[in-house]
Amino acid sequence: MTWETVIGLEIHAQLSTKSKLFSGGSTEFGAESNTHVDLIDMGLPGVLPVANKEAFYKAIRFGLATGAEINQVSSFDRKNYFYPDLPKGYQITQMTKPIIEKGSIKIFADDSEKVINITRAHLEEDAGKSIHDLFEGETGVDLNRAGTPLLEIVSEPEISNAKEAVAYFKAVRQLVTFLDICDGNMAQGSMRCDVNVSIKKSGDKELGTRAELKNINSFKFIEKAINYEIDRQIRVIESGDSVVQETRLYDSEKNETRSMRSKEEANDYRYFPCPDLLPVVISDKELQEIKESLPELPEEKEHRYISDVGLDESEAKIISSSKTMANMFEEASTKTNDAKLVAKWLVGDVSALLNKDNIDIEESNLSPENFGKLIERISDSTISGKIAKSVLEEVWESGSDVDEIVETKGLVQIQDESILVEIAKKVVESNPDQVTAYKGGKDKLFSFFVGQVMKETQGKANPKSVNEILKKILN
Amino acid sequence: MISHKEISNKELVKEVYKLINENSHLNAFITLNEDSSLKKAENFDNNPSDSSLAGIPIAQKDLFCTKNLRTTCGSKILDNFIPPYSATVIDNLEKAGCISIGKTNMDEFAMGSSNETSYFGNVHNPWGENLVPGGSSGGSASAIAAGIVPAASGTDTGGSIRQPASLCGITGLKPTYGRVSRWGMIAFASSLDQAGPMARTAEDCALLLNEMCSHDIKDTTSLDENIPNFEDALNQSLKGKKIGVVKDLDLASLDNNVVEVYENSLKEFVSLGAELVDISLPNLSLSVPTYYVVAPAECSSNLSRFDGVKFGRRSQNPKDLEELYIQTRSEGFGDEVKRRILIGSYVLSAGYYDAYYKKAQQVRRLIKKDFDEAFSDVDVIMTPTTRGAAFEMGSKGSDPIQMYLEDLFTISANLAGLPAMSLPNGNIDNKPIGLQIIGNFLDESSILNFAHMYQTKTNWHMLTPEGVIK
Repeated sequence: MTWETVIGLEIHAQLSTKSKLFSGGSTEFGAESNTHVDLIDMGLPGVLPVANKEAFYKAIRFGLATGAEINQVSSFDRKNYFYPDLPKGYQITQMTKPIIEKGSIKIFADDSEKVINITRAHLEEDAGKSIHDLFEGETGVDLNRAGTPLLEIVSEPEISNAKEAVAYFKAVRQLVTFLDICDGNMAQGSMRCDVNVSIKKSGDKELGTRAELKNINSFKFIEKAINYEIDRQIRVIESGDSVVQETRLYDSEKNETRSMRSKEEANDYRYFPCPDLLPVVISDKELQEIKESLPELPEEKEHRYISDVGLDESEAKIISSSKTMANMFEEASTKTNDAKLVAKWLVGDVSALLNKDNIDIEESNLSPENFGKLIERISDSTISGKIAKSVLEEVWESGSDVDEIVETKGLVQIQDESILVEIAKKVVESNPDQVTAYKGGKDKLFSFFVGQVMKETQGKANPKSVNEILKKILN
Repeated sequence: MISHKEISNKELVKEVYKLINENSHLNAFITLNEDSSLKKAENFDNNPSDSSLAGIPIAQKDLFCTKNLRTTCGSKILDNFIPPYSATVIDNLEKAGCISIGKTNMDEFAMGSSNETSYFGNVHNPWGENLVPGGSSGGSASAIAAGIVPAASGTDTGGSIRQPASLCGITGLKPTYGRVSRWGMIAFASSLDQAGPMARTAEDCALLLNEMCSHDIKDTTSLDENIPNFEDALNQSLKGKKIGVVKDLDLASLDNNVVEVYENSLKEFVSLGAELVDISLPNLSLSVPTYYVVAPAECSSNLSRFDGVKFGRRSQNPKDLEELYIQTRSEGFGDEVKRRILIGSYVLSAGYYDAYYKKAQQVRRLIKKDFDEAFSDVDVIMTPTTRGAAFEMGSKGSDPIQMYLEDLFTISANLAGLPAMSLPNGNIDNKPIGLQIIGNFLDESSILNFAHMYQTKTNWHMLTPEGVIK
């Protein structure tokens, strides 16, 4: 029996507004517990929400970038349930009239392109956090996050495997960071997702019963959780049982999913229109202004890098894959006439370091400014490529300024040719055997002499000049 | 009196507290604000103010949050709640110079029509032993009727200003929905709640309303509309103005005396030059069932925040989270509140939403449409405010439906968002009763005009219970 997997994702992207969705409370991350909480966030008796237009503008940017329908009149509903970190006993969300409907996004997985349709993207407020491990036998509540604006992006169930799910999440993350509407920081919970997984017999039209995997916040875990869940559902069905509709929690330590609650235990959220908030209307003028303020999107960048800058397709794809990478490329390109050199460094050495540390460029110590300086110093021949490599490694470790490293370590390339001639002569004189062999036809030994000169100059010689000088002396 | 220096502000405030003490059997107040009020009065004595309501003692319904002053909403669950902020209405009135004497008793979370659901005990109607004052703004109405204060704030979700005004023989106005900010009003049913003034006369209501209204950016349902000076239209002639008389009202079900009082006041208006026009509100009979779907639905959600986690009362030693919720809410809420939370949760639940809540909202639009059509022909609409005069405590306790029908005439104005007033228009067995005047959207001025002209010709609003100094 072969099985097909059907996956849909609900991604929660925290919108990078200064204040919360319905209050003036700050959205800053990492503050002391319960210090970014105003009367409204606390849900005090008598307080009323006021919708933050900025959150709408950011949501609309996402809608425009995914070719979606923008509902210029959208409204809020209440989702009622009890939880200590939900101060009002209900969450304000957009159930019936979301701001965004019917978008789509392109993904690349297994070397092929696929379009995933986005059913809807709606605004809602985040809950606070329950803290279970700080007080013996008691639970603490931190409401700093309560009321933070989220855009919940709901995909159609069109994703076929874990790799595609990860590619989809990455594409959404890339887009929201390019649009400057979410910082994409998964470690701080700025992006999280719930995954709906079901399986069916190959060729079956009808979808199988799905399980919802809650609150997964890393690419690695999405893939692992989905693969575990697919295996589990196949095991269940093949042993003659049936999958039950339920919410499951992924335990990353044990790499398994566990049942949280079944459909029967599920809350009846008693949705109804929030009577405290009038429908929010976006004018044609506002919509036009948002359209005009949209930045160049990843796909557009990629095309431009290929056609205007002359990069290879693979280079263009890697560089346009993240906003920081693209910024680095564009900033460094202003420091040199050789954009391909910049691309070579990013796709080569920088990407290698990223892979080695298994991090994203945003998490590295390399700033776009510093990278620009590195390229500038290579281009103006202040340092050799070899030295540049060691400088990059040092920046990678410490984050120090490129010029400072070059200066304090005396790494400036030797410009005076007579010094290089002296060193080259000395190298030739002190290696008579190799000279004889070389002259006897062992051409490969030429690189030995180059290496020796570079070693003598501690890498500060320009390899091109060394080549020329050695050729003169040896021939 | 104050401006003529016959009495100082401080003496006046002291007198108010003396009267509160002498009338403690009325149980009209839950919390007093004596020290702060005396200080404020003294301040007015030392630095005379030209604010419009400088030094006027006012009683505030205990549903408005008052900074640093306990606010219970008549409920056990909030008996220890001291808000860190004040409602916009409170701020507006205090900026105009009002001195908030104390917080008045009320039905728990404004759910009731007799003030019998308060955790802090029944309020008594000064018009007779064991009579209810009406509800939910029963403490406010009783305090004015007893001559303790000249003014009070109230709130009205289905009649909670007008019904107690009728039963206590005072004048009270529910403004257009959105005229007065709801910021700081503890919500019962958000789409119906509206604060308004209660006083002896329509003129006083106009003065109070001038200060209560404001466009408030903290309440998105607050209307950004021109606010007239409500005194301006008080004395306009009623000549040629039209009063809508609802022909769909089933007056036969009412006490004969109520009908007689009602018809007499219509005659009075005719003698003032107004014309009577028959109008039809065909969906009026659906008001009560519609209201008892919409209001409980909203209340079931609004009252979810009272869970013992962040503020208010928390049950002691629950064994787990579920028990914390169940015990806190079981101990903290009274029966009527629980009944409405149950009804509200039911009508919003999956599978029932369309049949109840959605349908009720549709009917609500029909009721509003009826009024829109009626107001194309008339300036105001008049009905009795209540089905009868004040009733005895406990007389309707076992049958909530009988209690819900108390609001038969008042509810439709809330559902349609229209302004409406009750003013005294007669006495039945030495108990006062009121006339309801409903106005068009944003047209409080016409209501106040009709009411004021009536009060220049009649004396019903000046009648006081035995022993009360006018």
